Amino acid sequence: MNNSSRIFKKIKKDPYLMAGLIITGIILLMIIVGLFWMPYEPTKMSASEKLQGISFKHIMGTDNMGRDVFSRVMYGSRVTLLIAIGTVTIGALAGTVIGALTGYYGGAFDEVVMRVIDALFAFPSILLALVIVSVFGTGWVQLLMSLGIAFIPSFARIVRGEVLRCRNMDYVASAKLQGVSDVRMIFVHILPNIKGVMASSILIGFNNAVLAEAGLSYLGVGSQPPYASLGKMLSDAQQYMFTTPSYCLCPGVVIVLMVLGFSFLGEGIRRWE
Amino acid sequence: MKYIIKKIISMIITLVVVSLCVFLAFSIIPGDPALRMLGTEASPELIAQTRERMGLNDPFFIRYFRWFTAFLKGDMGTSYNYSVPVSGMILGKIPITLTMAVMSFLLTILISIPLGIITAKHEGGILDKVITVFNQIIMAIPPFFSGIIISFVFGMVLKVFTPGGFISYKDNFGGFIRYLIFPAVAVALPKIAMTVKMLRGSVIDEAAKDYTRTAYSRGNNTNGVLYRHVLKNALIPVITFLGMVLADMIAGSIVIEQVFSIPGISRILLTSISNRDYPVVEAIIMGIAIVVILTNLLVDIIYRIIDPRIGIEE
Repeated sequence: MNNSSRIFKKIKKDPYLMAGLIITGIILLMIIVGLFWMPYEPTKMSASEKLQGISFKHIMGTDNMGRDVFSRVMYGSRVTLLIAIGTVTIGALAGTVIGALTGYYGGAFDEVVMRVIDALFAFPSILLALVIVSVFGTGWVQLLMSLGIAFIPSFARIVRGEVLRCRNMDYVASAKLQGVSDVRMIFVHILPNIKGVMASSILIGFNNAVLAEAGLSYLGVGSQPPYASLGKMLSDAQQYMFTTPSYCLCPGVVIVLMVLGFSFLGEGIRRWE
Repeated sequence: MKYIIKKIISMIITLVVVSLCVFLAFSIIPGDPALRMLGTEASPELIAQTRERMGLNDPFFIRYFRWFTAFLKGDMGTSYNYSVPVSGMILGKIPITLTMAVMSFLLTILISIPLGIITAKHEGGILDKVITVFNQIIMAIPPFFSGIIISFVFGMVLKVFTPGGFISYKDNFGGFIRYLIFPAVAVALPKIAMTVKMLRGSVIDEAAKDYTRTAYSRGNNTNGVLYRHVLKNALIPVITFLGMVLADMIAGSIVIEQVFSIPGISRILLTSISNRDYPVVEAIIMGIAIVVILTNLLVDIIYRIIDPRIGIEE
């Protein structure tokens, strides 16, 4: 039996991994298809087709301006996914560098940087994002920057803790005896050893980023109308919950599935090891 | 005692760093506060006078020091838009937001701790499996979405409360609490799921340790081992987590207050952000940060009381 079929067998045995792959696959498929084709223009309004329920013509119904909810969900989940990827990339890269340097060198440098990180950490990320948005204005670039910065402290703390743990291990000592430079030590020797911890914190971070983006755009500080975003759709749809439940439920369920898919994947990967 | 003093000092440092960051953020905003207060048609002399009076010409650290000491005394500045003291605008709203956060915190503790113990006790059983999957799903539902569903089901279908019909604590305290139960549940749901998951893992880890076997060998039954030995240790990481949860709940209430149209802190914060009424934003952000930092200190102290091992290593 070759290696890939063995991995496939193992995936099939783990219900979490399987469910995670299926849900994430469906969401990704919807986003990728949306790049090339959408049933309707997401911003196209139609006065005669306001607030329709689910039908063959509009599989998720229409909104209060007669726009097709499915097309808007396709567009909105693309935005959410991109912002979440960007957020985690900024947070993980900056956090890893800060965490690795402070953990490795220690001393006064570590004290000062970690105090600032602790102070940032004391701030719930949604609050930090609101500060940044109120200083630099609303829009998706500001949203991406603010969430990215808000996610640095948690990564920095995790990486610092892991580097501290590894710093006194034998393999580091023996590499040091061979004259390995500090930079090489951190990035080539220590970091690859903590990739398991990194992987699970990236998945958790990704989920938090999706939830934070949806929450902020629900508050109206994310991407601006007429462009669709899942959170904004929910806040617009809330008042039509009684008449057209599909308008509110569809974007909401897509947010839930997005998070659920990744959390199942994370759970599956955790059990794998 | 030494440990607590050390924690208090580190808390003060954190507080200073946070306040510096907030003050810095709001002083690099382009635009002249004096111009904002007076309008664009004010004469340059008047603007210069106002700038002098507001102390805007002083160096950064002097302005920061003045703002910070005034803040600690309760003077949070004056709103640009309404020209009234900020403290007057927000003080009446604090009980609303705080009550909701405390209610969801109590709900979290009351539900998650028994549930966590049950799942850990029946590890691998059908009940454990069902609750674990259910947990994962609950964690994926953002509170504002569950809030919408809760207000639809309980407000519009079952008519247990009137969505949007918020009752102030000044008018009717019972009605106020009854209204807040629903948003509090929405905030608490994902936190309950996370705490159950965490406690379950923690109990299972502790149950695998040597002292558990010793406790069994001394003739304790499962409940005796669980409640007298394992739980004490298993709760330690959960308490740290709950401290973070409380902080998160205060921030999470910003979104939930919008869902249930509660006129708490969040309403003012969001309108002030869109009106660029910076003194108000600054004051609210600082206020929340102080609450969060104090919560963390409290958690550290409780942590030390229940686990005397902490601090000895250092």
